[in-house]
Amino acid sequence: MTGRNQFISGISVILLLFPVLVAAAPLAERQVLDGGVTLLVASRRALPIVTVKVSVRAGSLWEPEGRAGLANLTASLLTRGTATRTAAQIDEEADFIGASLSSWAGRDSSELELTLLKKDLPTGLELLADALLRPEFPDREIARKVGEFKAALRKRQEDPGEVAREAFDGLVFGSHPYGRSLEGTDASLSAITRDDVLRFYRAHYSPERTMITVVGDVEPKEVAERFRTLLRDWPRGGGTAGETAEPKPLPEKVLVKKIDRGVTQANIVLGHQGVKRDNPDYYALTVMNYILGGGGFSSRLVEQIREREGWAYDVSSSFSPGLERGSFQVVLQTKNETAGPAVREVLRELRRIIDQEVTDQELADAKAYLTGSFPLRLDTNRKLADLISTVEYYKLGLDYADRYPTLINAVTRADVLRVARAYLRPDRYVLVVVGDQSKAALPK
Amino acid sequence: MTRLRIVTATLLLLFVMMQQPASGQVTARVKESVLDNGLKVLLLEERKAPVVTIHVWYRVGARNEEAGTTGLSHFLEHMMFKGTSKVGPGQFSRTVQKNGGRDNAFTSDDYTGYFETFASDRVELSLELEADRMRGLLLDPKELEAEKKVVIEERRLRTDDDPVSALAEVMVAGAFQVHPYRQPVIGWMSDLEGLTRDDLVRHYNTYYRPNNAVLTVVGDFKSEELLPKIRRHFAAIPRGSDPPKVRAVEPQQRGERRLLLRKEAELPFVYLGYHVPNLNHRDSFALEVLAYILSGGKSARIYKSLVYEKQLALFAGAGYDRESIDPNLFTLYANAMPGKTPEQVERALLEEIERLKTEPIPERELQKAKNQIEAGFLLGQDSVFNLARQLAEYEIVAGWRAWEAYLPGIRAVKAEDLQRVARTYLTQDNRTVAVLIPTKAEKESR
Repeated sequence: MTGRNQFISGISVILLLFPVLVAAAPLAERQVLDGGVTLLVASRRALPIVTVKVSVRAGSLWEPEGRAGLANLTASLLTRGTATRTAAQIDEEADFIGASLSSWAGRDSSELELTLLKKDLPTGLELLADALLRPEFPDREIARKVGEFKAALRKRQEDPGEVAREAFDGLVFGSHPYGRSLEGTDASLSAITRDDVLRFYRAHYSPERTMITVVGDVEPKEVAERFRTLLRDWPRGGGTAGETAEPKPLPEKVLVKKIDRGVTQANIVLGHQGVKRDNPDYYALTVMNYILGGGGFSSRLVEQIREREGWAYDVSSSFSPGLERGSFQVVLQTKNETAGPAVREVLRELRRIIDQEVTDQELADAKAYLTGSFPLRLDTNRKLADLISTVEYYKLGLDYADRYPTLINAVTRADVLRVARAYLRPDRYVLVVVGDQSKAALPK
Repeated sequence: MTRLRIVTATLLLLFVMMQQPASGQVTARVKESVLDNGLKVLLLEERKAPVVTIHVWYRVGARNEEAGTTGLSHFLEHMMFKGTSKVGPGQFSRTVQKNGGRDNAFTSDDYTGYFETFASDRVELSLELEADRMRGLLLDPKELEAEKKVVIEERRLRTDDDPVSALAEVMVAGAFQVHPYRQPVIGWMSDLEGLTRDDLVRHYNTYYRPNNAVLTVVGDFKSEELLPKIRRHFAAIPRGSDPPKVRAVEPQQRGERRLLLRKEAELPFVYLGYHVPNLNHRDSFALEVLAYILSGGKSARIYKSLVYEKQLALFAGAGYDRESIDPNLFTLYANAMPGKTPEQVERALLEEIERLKTEPIPERELQKAKNQIEAGFLLGQDSVFNLARQLAEYEIVAGWRAWEAYLPGIRAVKAEDLQRVARTYLTQDNRTVAVLIPTKAEKESR
């Protein structure tokens, strides 16, 4: 089926980082187990189902030089064989109880996630703990995954939007981990050895670097008891993980990269470095970005580029703050011939929000949406688990949900103008255009 | 729109749909009413989160379209946001968002659906907005021309510049020669360019009538309070004539059809479709289980064989479009690994089909598939949006009570049923094979 737009999902991704709660209760019960693991439990008893999400401070941020893709490879190998189970046995056991068990790395953390029926919780947690504590990283499974990721990287070249994003990240972040794809590159994947994987696992997968979020039909005491037993042999880490580094600032100019492809649309990404998640301007930026291009059909970019001109099906702007400075980017696709005019329009909107204050109406509408849509961000176990782990990981406080409306409602028109001026750079940006360059008339 | 997305969506839905253990079937709590003007109303109270989702679905999609004007239903879906005499262009979504809500819409072969999801106290706003646009659409010529460009960009984005979607379109158009399922939901490019306001007005007047719509509300509300509000907003809308029936019947396929798509891409893709019955046929339960045997998780046959053991495919799987008004397809697909040929991949997929026909399926494997279906049934119930979507979809394809038959039907499936349906439907003569041949693959150095 085809839908009218996909803005909503984009918005929700961003909003997951900062929702509001109606109730005044903390989002979850939190405790640090003896070994050092942080456990967060939210009881939701309406359905006999449970979601478990393990987050480890082992994202690509911690990858050593020349080993791009190591974090993701390590995470994905957790379920590919343990001391007592082969990969096929793990798959079979999880499938037999209708559970899903998967693992992957992000920029800031690596994740292991389990969803299952409550009645199968003991079986599922045993599998999960086995994967987390006792992965074997067999050579043949490493070879398989490396082959898979290399193929996936090649497959990604079929998607002009992905090609554009990849090029954009590379230009905006240079050699910083935020500048590369999580899978790494063909060359870096070839360079990774089993020793690299083992070293990365030992340095980063330790109880103190791990938090576990459980949401569903569970009793916090009972869950804690189970994890105490399952994790009791997990040795504390030696603190060998290094510090993360900041990305180097961008040069003071406009960087344009054109990539030629035989496609009907120009895929455009325009932007620069943004902010860290702990930046105090985060909330003013959230409001500003909603008005600019984060608010779907309520945003200026959609109003101008889609509704008025009919140039694009999808246009949006977003910040992706992390432990380090993430990016700010505007993304759109338009037929090759309108690439130039669309880019000019994007720049015009960036300048407009820097030049003049937004209207009272725009500010009020943005706040009403951001605070009022909160219940929709927590209406499934999965969404709640994602929120709780984000809140814990970025130290937002388990009362965050109660504070959020206050934080958003405190933003003024002057704040919006101030942060637009501080963080948007319509004269120093990276522009990537993947399309048929013979047809795309781009500004010089 | 693209068949592959539908396949994925279908699997997700299947996951979502099997909501409740047979005893406490979720359907037992559905309250059905029909207003005098024919509007079907389905209410399901779910209090686990303080939200409500309101869906208005119309019984119209690509299935109701004709050659030359394909894409009409989807274009009209876009125009439903472009203004009535009461709500100006672009104001629909703005109004919803400033009330803390989310809205969107989607079009498929069989239906066009609109929804808003809000905190519990904003339901009436939705009712007002949806009742207004059921009959009050302006279809302003200027808005229409701008939006047509947007739809054309959508087609470029989703189909023309996406080799696998483009292949799915080719496969489906080959598998169906008579039935309108052959037409892409988004429409052929040349048709889109020629669509006129008259086409849209006619389509709107024919299908956007209370007697051709289903209003579904799921979430935190009280039915006895909501129903009078629904009547207040919708009861005055006059009933329309019954829309024309779709009479086309796809004749039996008598011989394999093979299609090639040459397109700029990196890896070959093989896409197979077999004609099969839909949910109205008792074999649909066995076909459903069969889809899980082949494609339910990493231990399922296709993944295990093609991706894990033989490393022929980057990804591969199967899907069954069961919830469909008219009989649809059972599909198999695989994206080849670099250096592997489409022939190797196709052969490996067909070997799995042959195995189903010749070797009995072990009891434990059957049990695993059933366990996955039962677990998915419950896990999918976590989202009110998905409950509403499921209810509305069942209502439109076969009447919502058909949902009740699902789990009992699945539980009754025996290993020999799987073998029988594999032998009956997954035959060479009944299959369409589409292959994506990447061009430029060689000079694409990275």
